[in-house]
Amino acid sequence: MIMAKYVCKICGYVHEGNSAPDVCPLCKAASGEFEKVAEQGENSAAPAPKKKGINTNSDVYAIIYATVVVVIVAFLLAAVSSALKPMQDENIRLDKMKQILASLHINDVADAKAEYEAVVKSDAIINSTGAQVAAEGGFDVANDAITADNLPIYICRLKNGEEKYVIPMTGQGLWGGIWGYMAVNSDGNTIYGVYFSHSSETPGLGAEIAGEKFCSRFKDKLVMDGGEIAIEAVKGRLQKEATQVNAISGATITINGVNAMLKKCLENYKSFLAAKQQPAEAVVEPVSVTEVVEAAAAEVNVTEE
Amino acid sequence: MAELFSKKNNEALVTPLFKNNPVTIQVLGICSALAVTSKLAPAVVMGLSVTIIVAMSNVIISLIRKTIPNRIRIIIQLVVVAALVTMVSEVLKAFAYDVSVQLSVYIGLIITNCILMGRLEAFAMQNGPWASFLDGIGNGLGYAFILVILAFVRELFGSGTLFDIPVIPDWAYQAGYINNGLMLMAPMAFFLIACIIWVQRAKDKSLQEE
Repeated sequence: MIMAKYVCKICGYVHEGNSAPDVCPLCKAASGEFEKVAEQGENSAAPAPKKKGINTNSDVYAIIYATVVVVIVAFLLAAVSSALKPMQDENIRLDKMKQILASLHINDVADAKAEYEAVVKSDAIINSTGAQVAAEGGFDVANDAITADNLPIYICRLKNGEEKYVIPMTGQGLWGGIWGYMAVNSDGNTIYGVYFSHSSETPGLGAEIAGEKFCSRFKDKLVMDGGEIAIEAVKGRLQKEATQVNAISGATITINGVNAMLKKCLENYKSFLAAKQQPAEAVVEPVSVTEVVEAAAAEVNVTEE
Repeated sequence: MAELFSKKNNEALVTPLFKNNPVTIQVLGICSALAVTSKLAPAVVMGLSVTIIVAMSNVIISLIRKTIPNRIRIIIQLVVVAALVTMVSEVLKAFAYDVSVQLSVYIGLIITNCILMGRLEAFAMQNGPWASFLDGIGNGLGYAFILVILAFVRELFGSGTLFDIPVIPDWAYQAGYINNGLMLMAPMAFFLIACIIWVQRAKDKSLQEE
């Protein structure tokens, strides 16, 4: 058994044993003042080679050591990852359901899956002419797999019987991706609600697009004006109350990204929305425009405050 | 190993909580202390994650410290830390998805948290597994402690909530009280950490420089 040596830092007294003495017998210093002498203790380099006969400083040893460690770690990580993958995928699906529900103003539900199944009647896939490609499977289309021929549309029926269409959107913000869902009323033009999220926008500025304050500005606005996608966020006073919302100051590039996203993604759904507008257009639009103006006027007051 | 809680081991556990706090005294791990403390829930999860990772990586490195080739020791330390962080991140994604979304990149950035490398180099490479474990727990909790203080102040005055439960009554808002938006910005965490350091040094004369 090798005894370690402890030296008192105050007076230099050397103690032999497995731990430092409680007080120094010479100067009465506390045990915290003792320092272990590493060279002669258990850390000494001498016993190790004797035991194993390996030079831990050789190149070969270092390479083999690194290889073994990396292989062990790789196997561990692979095992953990594949064991947890089903649960993670389930969480991601649940989160997507929550986001879709959030665009319909359904928040904080205990069981998002049951609520989603109750509200979303079908997740069809359409193409940019508005024709249906598949009756279901839109939910499994990843955001980056959305193309003009592969457009998911969620047809939802709320508890009060109203029909809504939820459109997924993806775009680019200042630092990373942004995405969202827009719920449109059955008239194919009036916005019921939006949900935005982002991966890494600036907190307090660009990240505010995900906030209730910004999203609620879209309610009752119109998606299209004169057959073109017109909804946008603008700085300053609103020129066209029906299709514009107030932007967020200090977040110009993020807002530009939101506008580009709205334009690019909704463009593909133009035919689909236009088809929905045909039957009820004459009746619905004038009503909603006045509502929008009132709502927008109220918002301007809030903003100026 | 007769004395599991010898004076030295106790010191390894207790001093990082206050007297040698990793954030306020060693000034390590500041970046994440700014980033994740605008709400209490992510701050608590971050504190616990760092505590677990520091303790486990300290133990692992301490166990293999005599076999690690000296020239590649930093790389080996990083591999161990990175593996642990990745595992914690995967576990969070599986069991606490919302929190992992909130913490986003910062869980991954625990790898570069200076507390980890600092403790591995300064303590685990020289000490046994048990002492290293206590040192890791102590430093992790010291870090978590500061995070929770910051998050408490920032969430209370920045959002008017604690753990997302509103605590500022409605009549206060109606009387004209407004949440302080600056509290939610990263600079505020700097100011608060500075205040904590100030108070701590004013109380403990031994920390004051000449």
